[in-house]
Amino acid sequence: MKIGALAEVFPGETRVALTPDSAGQLAKLGHVSVIQSGAGAKAGFSDAAYAAAGVEVLPDAAAVIAAADVLVKVRGPEMAEAQALRSGQTLISFFWPAQNPELLEAVKARGATVVAMDMVPRISRAQKMDALSSMANLAGYRAVIEAANNFPRFFTGQVTAAGKVPPAKVLIVGAGVAGLAAIGASVSLGAITYAFDVRPEVAEQINSMGAEFVYLDFAEAAQDGAATGGYAAPSSPEFREAQLKKFRELAPDMDIVITTALIPGRPAPKLWLEDMVAAMKPGSVIVDLAAERGGNCDLTVPDQKIVTANGVTIVGYTDFPSRMAAQASTLYANNIRHMLTDLTPKKDGVIDHNMEDDVIRGATVAKDGDVTWPPPPPKIAAIAAQKPKEKARELTAEEKRAAEVAAFKAQTRSQVTLLAVGGALMLLAGLYAPASFMSHFIVFVLAVFVGFQVIWNVSHSLHTPLMAVTNAISSIIILGALMQIGSGSVLVVVLAALSVFMAGINIFGGFMVTRRMLAMFQKS
Amino acid sequence: MAYGFTTAAYVVAAVLFILSLGGLSGQESAKRAVWYGIAGMALAVAATLYGPGADNWLISLAMIVVGGAIGWVVAQRVQMTEMPQLVAAMHSLVGLAAVFIGFNTHIELVRIAGLDEAAKAALTGFAAVVAHKTGVEVTILRVETFLGVFIGAVTFTGSVIAFGKLAGRVDGKAKKLPGGHVLNAAAALISVVLLAVYLQSGSTLALAGMTLAAFFIGYHLIMGIGGADMPVVVSMLNSYSGWAAAAIGFSLSNDLLIVVGALVGSSGAILSYIMCKAMNRSFISVILGGFGGTTGPAMEVTGEQVAIDAEGVAAALNDADSVIIIPGYGMAVAQAQQSVSELTRKLRAKGKNVRFAIHPVAGRLPGHMNVLLAEAKVPYDIVLEMDEINEDFPETDVAIVIGSNDIVNPAAQEDPNSPIAGMPVLECWKAKQVFVSKRGQGTGYSGIENPLFYKENTRMFYGDAKKSIDQLLPMID
Repeated sequence: MKIGALAEVFPGETRVALTPDSAGQLAKLGHVSVIQSGAGAKAGFSDAAYAAAGVEVLPDAAAVIAAADVLVKVRGPEMAEAQALRSGQTLISFFWPAQNPELLEAVKARGATVVAMDMVPRISRAQKMDALSSMANLAGYRAVIEAANNFPRFFTGQVTAAGKVPPAKVLIVGAGVAGLAAIGASVSLGAITYAFDVRPEVAEQINSMGAEFVYLDFAEAAQDGAATGGYAAPSSPEFREAQLKKFRELAPDMDIVITTALIPGRPAPKLWLEDMVAAMKPGSVIVDLAAERGGNCDLTVPDQKIVTANGVTIVGYTDFPSRMAAQASTLYANNIRHMLTDLTPKKDGVIDHNMEDDVIRGATVAKDGDVTWPPPPPKIAAIAAQKPKEKARELTAEEKRAAEVAAFKAQTRSQVTLLAVGGALMLLAGLYAPASFMSHFIVFVLAVFVGFQVIWNVSHSLHTPLMAVTNAISSIIILGALMQIGSGSVLVVVLAALSVFMAGINIFGGFMVTRRMLAMFQKS
Repeated sequence: MAYGFTTAAYVVAAVLFILSLGGLSGQESAKRAVWYGIAGMALAVAATLYGPGADNWLISLAMIVVGGAIGWVVAQRVQMTEMPQLVAAMHSLVGLAAVFIGFNTHIELVRIAGLDEAAKAALTGFAAVVAHKTGVEVTILRVETFLGVFIGAVTFTGSVIAFGKLAGRVDGKAKKLPGGHVLNAAAALISVVLLAVYLQSGSTLALAGMTLAAFFIGYHLIMGIGGADMPVVVSMLNSYSGWAAAAIGFSLSNDLLIVVGALVGSSGAILSYIMCKAMNRSFISVILGGFGGTTGPAMEVTGEQVAIDAEGVAAALNDADSVIIIPGYGMAVAQAQQSVSELTRKLRAKGKNVRFAIHPVAGRLPGHMNVLLAEAKVPYDIVLEMDEINEDFPETDVAIVIGSNDIVNPAAQEDPNSPIAGMPVLECWKAKQVFVSKRGQGTGYSGIENPLFYKENTRMFYGDAKKSIDQLLPMID
């Protein structure tokens, strides 16, 4: 098949979907590549480099569209590009089908197939083609670099002959791929880095990157990121309030704030409000990675860098990956290449668009004149669900009550039976036994009862010490021997003395060994 | 006056004993609880020496001092892996003491029966108490004494055999004389007949005959129980020694003996019950020896055991984030707990999540593994019980089984015909990788094949547990 890469028409876009390297890899799959002249120029790949890699360089977009069976691109197609597609042709690019319904209609009308790189499901097998993650990784890194560029101080703390420099404090809001990349970059520059996320389960990842997780003291059922494909879900108003309060508290201390909070299919949540910006020190920098979707900060102006009245710089660029065009193109071209590898299972240059495959099915938004978006849920759960919070008990209230009543009744019945039988036996004994026996018997029964009640609480790990203690205590039998040792009979004295002797071993041995054992139990 | 004082002291001692047992609910409060027990015992002994009925206290003190010194030395020297033997040995002492004291009571009874009224009036102490008993009371006294001797005798031989099995001096396999349960039943029947004879005549011969029968029952019962059931046996003997003390308490009309005997008896009974529940066995069937009957042929185990060397295990451990270690009796036998602790320390220092999963019946004593790990200074908050950790295996990278077998046997869940079917087990095979440290290819104490060893994600790490882990240590970096 012929793979054709188009030059990007979106203003400021510098990436390219095919690199000489990836073209070489595609050739191994049996594909032939063509590219529009000048497509890689802004990313540092000349036409000559492509030609050297065996890619045919065509003069313009029309020629590429005419020649190629599969078109690869970075940004989604413009309406004109979409309408230039022909039936049976495949386009692989970002597409954002939810935001671009009319574009989807257009490709459907043309009968073309579209594989949207932004719709690749988040499962382990598909990570190699997850372009969103690879781009977010770049954006996170770049955000820190932009911040450093606009920040008038060191990131790392230093003590120099000329004076002491405090380290910068960086807050990263949202610990997705971009956020984690930003944490990594910021920590390696030497800043004290804090990070916040609504999903408490990422605290571990944040800590592993060397940042401190900002804990929110809020008792809400924790969100399970796994339920939403690893992305954050909207939070309740109360949670939001608690979150903003925490940010307000942090704002005066922070030198740099990098916000990366996005919720799939929604405008970016406003998390860094005007008053927080006002509370920040002059010279502080805010980098808003969500600018394209309206921004996490109130004052963000998309695509611009502004300076507020109190001297806070707010960076609202939306083209972070384009600012690292060579790196971004390499990664993106690799994502595309992996997608094509999955589409060419036999490595024979023939595309097999297998709609049974979870990844391909998920990413395909239009095929052969049909809209195939949204896809059915993948067969494999994207991310292992958090461990079940409770055993599924889907009983209704009545059923539960019925079960409880039944259990209660059964318990009552067995207890009453036991009591009745026990009581009857007691009464029977009481009829014949003398009073002196009964008084001891009462003590005995009560002691058994106390023993049962007390021992149930002993923790399992202490069962051996418990046995040693009860063993030591059972040598209370020494009392009997002590009472008899004063007898007139020599035989009795001897036997009693022997008993005292044995019980003595037991008392000291039992208690000593218990103490030894218990002294060993230590907390970490 | 003295009597009142003794009773008061007994009340205080009883409260202290109850607090002592109750305090064992937590590791920290347990350290205090031992002192309650010691104080209670000291108070009880002192009050008895001071109170009525005790004479010759010079001999008593001498005996306590000598016995105490021996006990002290033994307790200091004993290895933590030898705890089960020690506890069993100590139970036998209590049992034997109960037999002696029961016989003493009988001797006193005989002696007093031969005295005239004047001599009876002149009696002091315990003899005086006995002398004043009426007809019915004497009968009850005989029943109590008889019971005390019986339980004491069963405890004595039972504990001696348990000690022998745990110390490896007696073969651990379940063994029965020809006749099996019939022999036990016959001995029990003889005891009952002798009780009737004894009640009628008060003959020493009847008592002695019963003692012999009880000795036999104790011996034969415990011989018939396999090594894997030892935790239940030891706690059961513990319970018996308590009941023996309580029975003696009745015959001596001593309330503190009754109270404490009952406490110990019920605590042992509960422990046995908990153990049995953990093994999904009926208490009765364990006590009467061995497993319940199997209903069909065991499932065929297919596949082969794949061995691995120390380097392979070390590489997997270096890559793992979460590790769960499942220790068993094999760890105790190999004295490997220090090496395991060192391994844990190294892995934890690398930021790995290392935890221990303890099956309720791991080892030969309830809580045996916990004590060994504590001795090796493994912090107790990473040592978890089966229920706490069983759900975590699917998210665990490496599970290491050290010297345990039946408690990780998937047959309990997969094979309804398995002798251990239904017994809760640690589901270690759900971990991504399982390493089994084991001496050879033999079966466990219960003699059942373990399909775990044949699973695809299981690798056998053959060799002595201590040597194997010491081999691993330098490779963890």
